[in-house]
Amino acid sequence: MFTQFKYWEPYISPFDPCPPMRIKSYSTPPQLYIPFQPKGLPQFKPMEALYRGTLWPALFSPYPDPKKRGDQDE
Amino acid sequence: MWYYEKKLQYPVRVSQCNPMLAKFLIEQYGGADGELAAALRYLNQRYTIPDKVAGLLNDIGTEEFAHLEMIATMVYKLTKDATPEQMKEAGLGAHYADHDKALFFHNAAGAPFTATYFQAKGDPIADIYEDIAAEEKARATYQWLINMSDDPDINDGLKFLREREVVHSMRFREAAEILKEERDKKTYY
Ligand SMILES: [Fe+2]
Repeated sequence: MFTQFKYWEPYISPFDPCPPMRIKSYSTPPQLYIPFQPKGLPQFKPMEALYRGTLWPALFSPYPDPKKRGDQDE
Repeated sequence: MWYYEKKLQYPVRVSQCNPMLAKFLIEQYGGADGELAAALRYLNQRYTIPDKVAGLLNDIGTEEFAHLEMIATMVYKLTKDATPEQMKEAGLGAHYADHDKALFFHNAAGAPFTATYFQAKGDPIADIYEDIAAEEKARATYQWLINMSDDPDINDGLKFLREREVVHSMRFREAAEILKEERDKKTYY
């Protein structure tokens, strides 16, 4: 199973003027991993589908990062 | 920084006196999907893209400047010996009025180059996908230019440039795969 956020550590210079953000993140939503959507994928109930913007959990992309780990280095 | 090699990436030969071709080729000089837009787009994205693909943007962005020189050489050779009368006949009268024989960054229809031709979104996936699309659009432009040109020497250079767009697209597609990869499963919380 793929993850919807990736993390990386940019180069930190000893001469950077601001305190470094050691970890950066970016979004890798589900459509990147599904070449062609197969038939018969599980579906949300209608009310939840309306709320989420998609009928299929496989296409749902949470934002912001549910792990609460954006560019904030806490 | 860059080191400069005083030669073209691929030799540019022009066999026919056909200034009108210059009017079309300028699309790849200062057009939306041209070599200048490509070079500036990639070199600018280098700073904020994850480091695993920054080197690729550096290399391809640099090569685009080599392509820009080839196009410039073609345009220059096609126009340098044209009389004002020939420039007018070739549809280059408006260009001549403003620039004489000087090259200028505009597209085939004369619209000046603008930074709004490309984006820097900051989202690595969005940026790399724009780069892939840009390569396919440049490949298409070269196809339409080859279709309009009957100069075999110019076409030889244009076919080389078209092929480089194919290779660049392949490399950017690989970059997208690298960005999608789960790296050593180390997640940060
Ligand atoms: Fe290219």
